[in-house]
Amino acid sequence: MSAAAVRTPLRALLGFAAGRPGAALAAIALGVIGLAAAFAPLIAPQNPFDLMSFDLLDAGLPPAWLEGSDPRFLLGTDAQGRDLFSAILYGTRISLIVGLLAVAIQAAIGIPLGLVAAYRGGSVDTAVTRAADIQLSLSTLMMAIIALALFRAGLGGDILSRYAVPLLVVVIGVAEWPYFARTARAAAQVEAAKDYVRAARALGSSGLAIVSRHILPNILSPLIVLATTQVAGAIMAEAALSFLGLGMPVTKPSLGTLIRSGYDLMFAGAWWVTVLPGLVLIAVLISVNVLGDALRDLLDPRRSSR
Amino acid sequence: MQAIAAGLSFVGRRLIQAALVMLAILIIAFAVKNALGDPLREILGEAVPEAQREELRRELGLDAPWPVQLARYLGGAVTGDLGTSTIYKRPTLEVILAKFPASFELVLGASLIVLLFSVPAGVYCAVRPRARGARLILSLSAFGISIPVFLTGIFLITLFSVWLGWFPAFGRGETVRLGFWETGLLTADGLKHLILPALTLSSIMLPLFIRLVRGAMLDELGHDYVRTARAKGASHLRVWLAHALRNALLPLVAVGGLQVGTLIAYTLLTETVFQWPGMGFLFLEAVTRADIPLITTYLVFVGLLFVITNTIVDIVSLMLDPRISLEGAQ
Repeated sequence: MSAAAVRTPLRALLGFAAGRPGAALAAIALGVIGLAAAFAPLIAPQNPFDLMSFDLLDAGLPPAWLEGSDPRFLLGTDAQGRDLFSAILYGTRISLIVGLLAVAIQAAIGIPLGLVAAYRGGSVDTAVTRAADIQLSLSTLMMAIIALALFRAGLGGDILSRYAVPLLVVVIGVAEWPYFARTARAAAQVEAAKDYVRAARALGSSGLAIVSRHILPNILSPLIVLATTQVAGAIMAEAALSFLGLGMPVTKPSLGTLIRSGYDLMFAGAWWVTVLPGLVLIAVLISVNVLGDALRDLLDPRRSSR
Repeated sequence: MQAIAAGLSFVGRRLIQAALVMLAILIIAFAVKNALGDPLREILGEAVPEAQREELRRELGLDAPWPVQLARYLGGAVTGDLGTSTIYKRPTLEVILAKFPASFELVLGASLIVLLFSVPAGVYCAVRPRARGARLILSLSAFGISIPVFLTGIFLITLFSVWLGWFPAFGRGETVRLGFWETGLLTADGLKHLILPALTLSSIMLPLFIRLVRGAMLDELGHDYVRTARAKGASHLRVWLAHALRNALLPLVAVGGLQVGTLIAYTLLTETVFQWPGMGFLFLEAVTRADIPLITTYLVFVGLLFVITNTIVDIVSLMLDPRISLEGAQ
C-alpha cells in the first residue's frame, strides 16, 4: 500500500520524463554538471586558482584524444599551463554561484515590491510599475556593462578583481528585479480578488499575514518558472561581462573568463582552450532553458499551449 | 485639422521629454566625470608640486563651485565639446564620431540579415503553425537564444577563418573615405570582413524577431477583418501580406525599437570578438586605460542614440496608428 503510494509520484515523474525526453536529458546533464561543480575540489586534479602549481612548460597542450597530449591533462592546458579540466570545473562553479545568487537578489527585491504593489494598489502600484518599466526600457546588459566599467575605471582593475563575485551578483541582481516584480504583481492581483483572501481579511488578518501566508504560497509556480529562465539569463550575463574583461579576473576564472583568455590562443591553433569551456557554458544554458520550459508546462498548464 | 494639431502637440511634447532625458543623462555624465576623473592628473601627471597644481586649477577654473562647472559642462555639450580624451589627446566627441561608421555599418548589415529572414520565417510560423518547418524554425530559435553572442562569433571564426580560411577573422579590411564617413561597404575586402561579424550580431536578434513577427501575426490573424478579407475573395497570400502583416508591423516597430540598448550591448560584444574598430571596442579600450572623459562621452552618445530612437519609434507609431494621438494628446 505504502509502496504504491511512494511509487505513484515517482511513476508520474517518470511518465512526464518519458513524454519529454529533452527535458529529462536536460535534467540529467544539469545534475551531472551541478554535482561536478559542487564537488570540484574533490574531483579536480589541480587547484586552478593556485598559480604556483602551473608549469609554463605544460602550456598549450591539447586534449587527451589529440596528438601530442599529456595523460595528466584530460582536456589539455591553457596558455599558463593550467589544467583545463580543473579550470572548467571551478569555472562552472563560479558561473553557477554567481547566477544563482544574482537571481536570489532579483527575487528578494522584485517579489516583495510586486506583492506590495498588487496588495496596496493605488499610488504604490503606479510607482512600482513605472520604475519597473523604466528600468526594463534600459537594456539590463548595457546597464551592467556601464556599472562595472565605471567601477573598473574608478577603482582600478585590482579592486574590481578582488570583489568580482559580490559586484557581479549585485549588478546582475539589481538589473533584473522588474521581471519578478511584474510576475509577482500580476499573479498576486488574481489571488487577492479571490474569496479566501477576502475571508482572511474579514477575519482580521493583517496585510502582511495575508500576503505572506496566503497569497505568496499560491503564486509560487509562476515565480519558480521565472526563476529558472532568469538563472540562465544571469549565467549568460556573467559570462558576457567576464568575456569583456569586466567580470571574473584571470586568476579566478569563470567560464566567460576562460573563453576570453583562451581566445588569444585560438589563432595559434589551440582552439580547445576557448571551445571546450564554451561548450560547457552552452550545455548549461540550454539545459536550464529546456528545464524551464518543462517546468512551465508542469506547473503552469494554462500557458503550455504557447 | 484638429487631428493634425493634436498630432503636432504630441510630437512637441515628446521632443521636450526627449530633451529633459538628455539633460538628465548629461548631469549624470558630469557627476561621473567629477567623481572619477582628475583633469589635472591627466594634464600634468603625478610628479608636480601642489602649489603649481593649485595655480593651474585656478587658471582652468576648476576651483569654481560645482554649479558653475556644471553650467560650463552643459554649455560645452550644446556646442559639441564634451572634453578631451586622455589617450588620443583629441576632443572626445571627434574620437567617438570617427568610430561611429564602423559600428553603424555592422548594425546595418546585421539588421538586413534579420529583416530578410525574420519576416518570412515569422509569417510562415504564424500561418502554418503545425507545419514541420515551422516547428523546426521555432526550436532552432529557442536553441539560438541560448547561445551567447560572443560564442557564436568564436564558433564562426573557428569554422570559417581558422579551419576553412574563407573569411577574415578580425578588423574591417580596406575602407574608403566619403567625407567624414569611413565606409567598408564599397570594397570587396570590406564586405568580406563584414560578413562574419554581421552574421554573429544577427544570430542573437534573429530568434527574438522571428518570435516577435510570429506573435504579432498570430494576433492579427485572429481579427475579424482577416475573415472578412477572405470572405470577399482575397487570396491567402494577399490577406497575409497586404492585410495582416501590414498591421503586424506596428507592434513590431514599437517593440523592436525598444531593443536599441540591447543591440548596443550585443554590438559591443561582437566588436570585441572580431576586434571591429567601432564605438564599443573604443569604449572598452577607454575603460581599461581609465580615460574618464572618453567614457563619459560614450555614455552621453549612447544615451543620445537611445533617446533619438525611442522618440522616432513613438512618432512613427503615431503616424502608423492614428488612434494613439486621439487618446494621448487630449
